[in-house]
Amino acid sequence: MPALPFYLLSALTAGCALGSVLNRNTITAAFCLLGSLLGLAGLFVLLDAYLLAALLVMVYAGAIVALFVFIVMLLDMQGGNILTPSRISLAAAVVAAAVLGTGLGITFGHHLVAAAPAAAAPAGIPSLKLYGYQLFTTYLLPVQIIGFLLLIAMLGVIVISKRFTPAEDVK
Amino acid sequence: MTVGLDQYIFLSALLFIIGFFGVLLRKNAIVVFMSLEMMLMASTLALVAFSRFHGTMSGNVFVFFILAIAAAEVAVGLAIIVALFRHRQTVMIDQLNALKN
Repeated sequence: MPALPFYLLSALTAGCALGSVLNRNTITAAFCLLGSLLGLAGLFVLLDAYLLAALLVMVYAGAIVALFVFIVMLLDMQGGNILTPSRISLAAAVVAAAVLGTGLGITFGHHLVAAAPAAAAPAGIPSLKLYGYQLFTTYLLPVQIIGFLLLIAMLGVIVISKRFTPAEDVK
Repeated sequence: MTVGLDQYIFLSALLFIIGFFGVLLRKNAIVVFMSLEMMLMASTLALVAFSRFHGTMSGNVFVFFILAIAAAEVAVGLAIIVALFRHRQTVMIDQLNALKN
């Protein structure tokens, strides 16, 4: 497996992710998220998941980031303070850092991941036909549930974004 | 130097941590939401890497479902943020404390 493309793409992904979290400007953060997604799609290509890379670019970059940019434009907000967290979220962050650090240290220190086969498995590239077969046999029920969930989400968005009359307004 | 499963899992953990601290430490609700998406992306990377190195397809199929869930979640979440902004004229989560007291 090639090393240089992996390191370049992972640097792009992680760097853009950091930029997205640390940026003051919300639009810049959205575009950093886009860069991070493109890097992730490249990593998917390195992992032979070509279909998923294409889907990731279409769904995330085409729909989700565009939606974020639209909402930022619509709301016309200020970026806000970058790192002035409240005391309780700071405490939660410290606890989370301790727990995550312990978990990662155990996982990578004891080579728990390396127990998996280190070399690439000989399964070959999953074809579109194989995906279709899996989705319509083994995973038929999850596909139905996901479809129903998407319908519910669509209805929910319509209900939420309906403009309420001031009489119903509690505040 | 070859790239193994270890490196992919490490990158996935790194992305997850970045997103996690974004959720905890940022104030802007939209940036918090982007960080949530980043955590989902990290989990998809781990699934695809495990699936590739074990020679199975289940992880890849699960990424399908994660993408669908993420699309639904973004639609609903952004609608909620817009509704909140319409009520309170802010999306800073430290000012959205109407449930307090």
